[in-house]
Amino acid sequence: MFPARIWREFPQRYRLEAVKNKDTGEVYFPPRYVSKDGKKFNGEKYILPDEGKIFTYTVIEVPPSQFKDEAPYVVCIVELTDGTKLTCQITDFDKDWLDIGKKVRLEFRRVQTDAHHGVLSYGYKAVPAE
Amino acid sequence: MRDVAIIGVGMTKWGEIWEKSLRQMFVETAYEAIADAGIEKLDGMYVGSMSPGLFVGQEHIGALLADYLGQKNIPAGRVESACASGGLAVKCAFMDIACGNSNIILAGGVEKMTDVSGDGATYALATAADQEYEVFHGATFPGLYAMMARRHMHEFGTTRRQLSSVAVKNHENGSKNPLAQYPFKVTHEGVENSVMVADPLTILDCSPITDGAAAVILADLETAKKLAKNNPLVKIIGIGHATDSIALHDRPSLSGLEATKVAGERAYKMSGKTPGDVNVAEFHDCFTIAEIMVLEELGFCEKGKGGEFTEACNTHIGGKIPVNTSGGLKSKGHPVGATGVAQVIEITKQLRGDGGERQVEGAKIGLTQNMGGTGASSIVHIMEVV
Repeated sequence: MFPARIWREFPQRYRLEAVKNKDTGEVYFPPRYVSKDGKKFNGEKYILPDEGKIFTYTVIEVPPSQFKDEAPYVVCIVELTDGTKLTCQITDFDKDWLDIGKKVRLEFRRVQTDAHHGVLSYGYKAVPAE
Repeated sequence: MRDVAIIGVGMTKWGEIWEKSLRQMFVETAYEAIADAGIEKLDGMYVGSMSPGLFVGQEHIGALLADYLGQKNIPAGRVESACASGGLAVKCAFMDIACGNSNIILAGGVEKMTDVSGDGATYALATAADQEYEVFHGATFPGLYAMMARRHMHEFGTTRRQLSSVAVKNHENGSKNPLAQYPFKVTHEGVENSVMVADPLTILDCSPITDGAAAVILADLETAKKLAKNNPLVKIIGIGHATDSIALHDRPSLSGLEATKVAGERAYKMSGKTPGDVNVAEFHDCFTIAEIMVLEELGFCEKGKGGEFTEACNTHIGGKIPVNTSGGLKSKGHPVGATGVAQVIEITKQLRGDGGERQVEGAKIGLTQNMGGTGASSIVHIMEVV
């Protein structure tokens, strides 16, 4: 696997860069090249809000090989304050705190260590914001 | 469009088949279907397989398998739609015949999953989700379905016991299927106390890793009538196929499966049938929660009531709508590319009256639903005995 594959995703994983469809107001994360209904659109760079709440989650007990040392860990879908949803891990939390609807904030964290890519991969993880 | 009928079926024992290669499993199964149909030569072949490249390092299996099946020079190719690859093969065969291009086509499916380690299989299966925005963050397939299950429980009050009811019923059916990988019964407590894979799903909520193949022969009705000996003819009268966002977070709701709903509507419209007409069904129960959601999306019960409907034994043999008489993916096994074809085989057997111990009395119309990824691909077939 070439480092180019993760380098290409830096704007999204490091800076939460999305695209806003100026015609409809829709936000696309990751960016899309035509709109969800198949039209060309006028887009502008849009930075996602870094706060939201847990929409759903799971505790991964049987992990893929690149996450072997981290299991059990929590993967969730966060619904950000602007309505955009994304998938990431939750970290630095108390077990009793975890629930649907809990407020979280996205932080810059290491996601994979020496994964298939052979390099360290960074991105966003959710942490408690309440 | 011409009418299309199923004239032959073939399936061998599923499980950890260490002694057999992908090509041997496929050829034995496909030859059984050819013999069942009483034919010698095919006009063409579609093989559903999710990832022979990752599982055994072999691509280009259309040509490989046509050669080993002794069908030199026929048009043959592999079709892929993750775990719905088998259903897609049946659809392609149907279209090929319906439009008049071919008369006799084999639709097969195969997956050889135990030539890699558990890690290797997890990796290969995860390629059906969004690699960069789900799998990158540590999501696994059980994990993605677990997040759907948690949403369904949150929104509709679906219980842990209701999830277990799916596994208990499917293993009960599978215990009567000699071709099933795990033909044993399980209890509610057994499911709930088994090893946790991705909370709330335990290992007995999940379908297994399986080696296996399945094949059906389709023909236009005129050819089918000439070839039919003692077997009643089973027609495919409706096909629905739809897709959805591959990533869960891109969908407005996680407590439903929109592609399955749309595919179902298309199949009902084409066949002129309604859920009330269906006597027996095979659903894609890759995880227990999936069967509950499919029941709702295909209109067999109200939205949100799938768990309750299952717990009340409505989907048992003898219930309102028997689901997964074969044992489903849960008990029969889930060699991903072969699953959609095996579903068509079970319904064909039921409609022919060859269901044995699992026979649904008087079944005339059956339905199959085959799903890829977390439901981003869904293919529904409706079949009727002539």
